Amino acid sequence: MDKISQLLKLLENTKSIEINDFRMDFEELELQIMPAVEQIVKKSVDKTKTPVQPSPMEEFNPPIQNYPGKVAEVQLGKGSRKPVYLGGQEALYRFEEPQPNAPIVTFDVFDIPMPGLPRPIREHFSDVMEHPGEWAKKAVKEYGANMVTIHLIGTGPKVMDKSPRDAAKDIEEVLQAVNVPLVIGASGDPIKDPLVLEKAAEASQGERCLLASANLDLDYQKVAHAAVENDHAVLSWSITDVNMQKTLNRYLLKEGLTHNDIVMDPTTCALGYGIEFSIDIMTRTRLAALKGDQDLQMPMSSGTTNAWGSREAWMKKDEWGPTDYRGPIWEIFTGLTMMLSGVDIFMMLHPSSVKLLREIGETFTKEYNSAEKANIDDWITQLGS
Amino acid sequence: MKVTAMDIYKLLPKTNCGDCGEASCMAFATKLSEKEIDLKVCEPLDTPEREKLEDLLAPAVREVIMGTGDKKVILGGDEVLYRYELTYYNPTALVIDVNDELESEELDERINIIENTKFERTGELLTLDAIAVRNKSGDAKKFADTVSHLKNSKYPLVLCSLDPNAMKAALEIVGNQRPLIYAATENNLDAMAQLALEYKCPLALFVPGDLEKMKQLSHTLRSQGIEDIVLDPGTFVGEGMGDTLDNFIMIRRLAVEERDDDFRFPILGIPALVRLDNTEDNINKSIQEATVTATLLNKYADLLILNGTDIWEIIPILTLRQGLFTDPRKPQTVDAGLYEFGELDDASPVLLTTNFALTYYTVEGDLKSGKANTYLLVLDTDGRAVDVSLAGGQLNGKSVADLIKETGIENKIKHKKMIIPGLAAPLSGEIEDDSGWEVAVGPRDSSAVPDYLLENL
Repeated sequence: MDKISQLLKLLENTKSIEINDFRMDFEELELQIMPAVEQIVKKSVDKTKTPVQPSPMEEFNPPIQNYPGKVAEVQLGKGSRKPVYLGGQEALYRFEEPQPNAPIVTFDVFDIPMPGLPRPIREHFSDVMEHPGEWAKKAVKEYGANMVTIHLIGTGPKVMDKSPRDAAKDIEEVLQAVNVPLVIGASGDPIKDPLVLEKAAEASQGERCLLASANLDLDYQKVAHAAVENDHAVLSWSITDVNMQKTLNRYLLKEGLTHNDIVMDPTTCALGYGIEFSIDIMTRTRLAALKGDQDLQMPMSSGTTNAWGSREAWMKKDEWGPTDYRGPIWEIFTGLTMMLSGVDIFMMLHPSSVKLLREIGETFTKEYNSAEKANIDDWITQLGS
Repeated sequence: MKVTAMDIYKLLPKTNCGDCGEASCMAFATKLSEKEIDLKVCEPLDTPEREKLEDLLAPAVREVIMGTGDKKVILGGDEVLYRYELTYYNPTALVIDVNDELESEELDERINIIENTKFERTGELLTLDAIAVRNKSGDAKKFADTVSHLKNSKYPLVLCSLDPNAMKAALEIVGNQRPLIYAATENNLDAMAQLALEYKCPLALFVPGDLEKMKQLSHTLRSQGIEDIVLDPGTFVGEGMGDTLDNFIMIRRLAVEERDDDFRFPILGIPALVRLDNTEDNINKSIQEATVTATLLNKYADLLILNGTDIWEIIPILTLRQGLFTDPRKPQTVDAGLYEFGELDDASPVLLTTNFALTYYTVEGDLKSGKANTYLLVLDTDGRAVDVSLAGGQLNGKSVADLIKETGIENKIKHKKMIIPGLAAPLSGEIEDDSGWEVAVGPRDSSAVPDYLLENL
């Protein structure tokens, strides 16, 4: 037999061949007997395409990673306050290592009656809105708030232009009314906010409040000093920009604050209004912290209340269903999504959103597979209509 | 782990022939790594390298197709754990549950609701994706009857029964439509695997709360030649939610970072299971169901079965899904054109902004919270913000003049005065020349616009 016939014979009896070898050996023959070889090669190649048996199974190991970095723990509340702790994570997920501290919710309270608040919220608080102290008390007593945020909106020059001294009085009122830690928010006026926060910080000296906020558009040094001198922490607010956050944190550290005195607010865009930007920023920030970036190793905060600014949350529109449910869901979705991206503290408004967020957040501190679970094996027949 | 351009380049011919349309093999490799070009266009590639590359470029999570023709839904396909690293592929399929104990009128009404649920948002029509038919009765004939009732529905089906006989009865009717078979368990594995092979349908594997066993069973299915698998590690709610999340995350991490072939499949969750608990009212259950849905949408679910159909529950779910699955590599835009705020007449002011989504929604939010009454012209700048499009040239006198013509704003008002963003101030003269309108420069930040309007009009 000549070589070609030998080859063809050989191929006929072979179930599969390594095409590599074949092409290498017979390059020059291809020219002479193309059709015949092609056919056989094709057949052989087709055979190799039948599903390959999976390789033997490897053992199951939970995908646990090691992280060189750690998120600092921040204490809020001291003196006459019952303290809460934020952050302290050494891993990304619970199955790697449960979080030392559960996510915290702080209820929004305002220094003015806030006629603009959506109805589903006014419903819960309309009887106490004239007095921030009463308002705070209700949030704590009836809705179990871990913390209260007192927004000094009334100090805004275009709102009521209350003086820093008036603001300090409101702070005293709230401190008297409740024993939970406070977040102290100003009005968003870059000139006046540092002055207001300074007086508020003095009025609450030693109570370890969170001053909201320091940012690059205002005199953050004044805010930082007010915190250092009166033993408070500072909210470091950047606008969906990891580098801006790093820069601001570094500036604040230079002013004498430590990692245990700073909480970051990388900005929460509401559900439907850029929430994906916030997801990306929060995720990147937390991953960077765990990978060892010291400029970002602080707990994160979310202004979840932003969700109520979305028209889907408040606008009356019959084809969207009642706002009584839409609003709270909008807030809970915004908060939950931020929580799953690493956020530690949530500023929120609606009692039922808070309850649901907490329910899931509290599982973060438990060991994997430690919870009692319902048997769902027969859900197909057991589920109702 | 995401495949790098260098991993790919090593296997390319390195001839820089340019036949693919790219300047070099390295440029082609970069596009491949970003999934922006198809490997097929590389002509000189040899077979062994082609196969290696196909394997390398196969998504970390297998794409599983449910349904056929225009009733097709693709599950899975993801490459990364975090959307900022690339993008998420194939939006989570939202599936509504019906069961075989419903009277045919109830069933028809439910199908009608499912098929007609829609919500338009930022120019996109958001809808549900499939119907899950559940063998609640445990009776094979009832199941088959209900399935045949759904044979002509608009959406693909998920067939839910753990009884292989009932499943077979259903597949005899719709087996050629590629429904998802739910589910193989450790008790019926071989029988369900046979059905999946016989009818060439994707198969869900239900192993609640035990990833080790799930891996074994997934491996067994793969050994039997089943390629299209969907994993259900169990949706435990309430206190069990933490475990549910952990299981979803572990599966996806094993698929993406460790390329564990037994876990490289789409994940299925069932938020409807909040309704197994009968102690809460329906409203609360729907809110809880939405909450579980939001949690699992965020962490890797590729298919979710819900029972609730109230629009107030579905709208936030559709909105979250849309956000999660927008491509971070593409500019986000809103429709260009004329937008109206508040109460308007022919003397109302006219503002200008660009169609970058975040810019637009910021302006919109400010106008609404400030209760402004105004027209807003939104210019198509391919999704660039005001300062960027000014620098890039998309925002110019002529483009604004064209926008005025296209929107017909001149028929709605008596004046010809426009307020442009403070950041666009350098352009005021050019816009005046090209449009014949009078231009005033407004505030740099739109939060000041409502006050500006009050003071200047």
